[in-house]
Amino acid sequence: MPAEPDDLQPPIGRRAFLGFVGVGLSSLLWGGAAMDLLAQSTRLVPESLRSALPFGKGWRIYAVNPPHPRFDPKTWALRIEGLVERPQTLTYAQLLALPRVRQTSDFVCVTGWSVDDVRWAGVRFDDLLAAARPLPAARALRFVSAERPYEDSLTLEQCREPDALLAYAMDDSPLKREHGAPARVVMPQMYGYKGVKWVSKIVVTDRVEDGYWQQRGYDRDAWIGGSNGR
Amino acid sequence: MAVDPRPALAALPRVQRFGATERRLHTIQAWAFSVLLLTGLVLYLPFLAQIVSDRPLMKGIHLVTAVAWLTALALVALLGDRDALRRTRRDIERFDADDLLFVRTRGRSRTAGRFNGGQKAHAIAQAGLTVLFTVSGVLLWLGERDTALRLPGTIALHDAATLLLAVLVAGHIMQATSHPQSLEGIRRGTVRASYAAEHHPGWDGEPPADAEPRAERAGPGRIALAAAVVGLGVAAVVVLV
Repeated sequence: MPAEPDDLQPPIGRRAFLGFVGVGLSSLLWGGAAMDLLAQSTRLVPESLRSALPFGKGWRIYAVNPPHPRFDPKTWALRIEGLVERPQTLTYAQLLALPRVRQTSDFVCVTGWSVDDVRWAGVRFDDLLAAARPLPAARALRFVSAERPYEDSLTLEQCREPDALLAYAMDDSPLKREHGAPARVVMPQMYGYKGVKWVSKIVVTDRVEDGYWQQRGYDRDAWIGGSNGR
Repeated sequence: MAVDPRPALAALPRVQRFGATERRLHTIQAWAFSVLLLTGLVLYLPFLAQIVSDRPLMKGIHLVTAVAWLTALALVALLGDRDALRRTRRDIERFDADDLLFVRTRGRSRTAGRFNGGQKAHAIAQAGLTVLFTVSGVLLWLGERDTALRLPGTIALHDAATLLLAVLVAGHIMQATSHPQSLEGIRRGTVRASYAAEHHPGWDGEPPADAEPRAERAGPGRIALAAAVVGLGVAAVVVLV
């Protein structure tokens, strides 16, 4: 059978397909940087509009046991117990009455996304624990989430990092439900899974225990850029 | 005795547009896209995650659908009319003067053959996106299990592909719903001959004379069975892990 004239032409469509797939696959290497740039560029856009942009604010809400816990300021209480002289039960008002700090820090998730310049307000752990008075044997804090069975631990040393806090406000408004209302751990130097949301209990312990994601293969000391294979 | 002046629908001459295999592929693509987009958006957008907070369930549906989608595509490609698919691929991947004219007249030219330039570009993009979704999706899944497999652009690629595909499909649905007769082509496989003659003279419905000869097949039944087993196996792993 003689070839049709268009058999002699290169199939442009196939080249387009291969080129498209090739460029797409190469983005596995440069796509992260491009997305960061795009997110940076959206800072020129007003805040209200920015939160509606798909690339504006890269929060992704991860939870392990739906639905998200509900926060009722009338009944909520934060229990502080374990290796302390005086176990405490803080109401929401009592938590807000503790020395308040503000900071702006980046939030980095181990799965690859991040949100820059999150404005947090909350309380440093030394101030939080002052009334409970940790015993000399105390070495770590175990944060128990209202979302069972999520929990994670930080050493007392890590909790004393200058940017670690228990946050109750984010971007100038009270912490939203999906971000862990009313209080969550913020540890900017580590990946986000260390930042327990919906904190309902803090247990002072003599050693670090494996948290939810450590039991599933993630590193205990989740330093950004220095753990989980990076 | 009153006679219905309208001729019976079935009696009208019709022009072949798509075969059973092509229509089945389209159905699979459409369903998979709908389910994957809906569950994906819940996983992606905080305000939807707030409403449907069952993330593990959404993730499970997303993963099982993805595996079922690729398995179904492979099965249809293996068991279906592969000569027809080959002809369709040939139609799509070759651009000619008609397509240039189509672009120049912004879609008003009527000289196109079975597919116009826009439809060809759409199909090629869809095929490319299928590959990109598969690769980035598998990498997302593996990255949750082995930190070494977390590439810097995996999320960006999956996101960008979603955005592009959503735009493409929105345009596709707009076009399809504004041309009801055209929509018949994908639903029934044929369109009224009078419609085709008036609007799309290039839809002659004849199988192309230069159709390639039937290639030798190495037991498509066995290959399909193997693909099904592999697909089900992967699905089981996804569900159990």
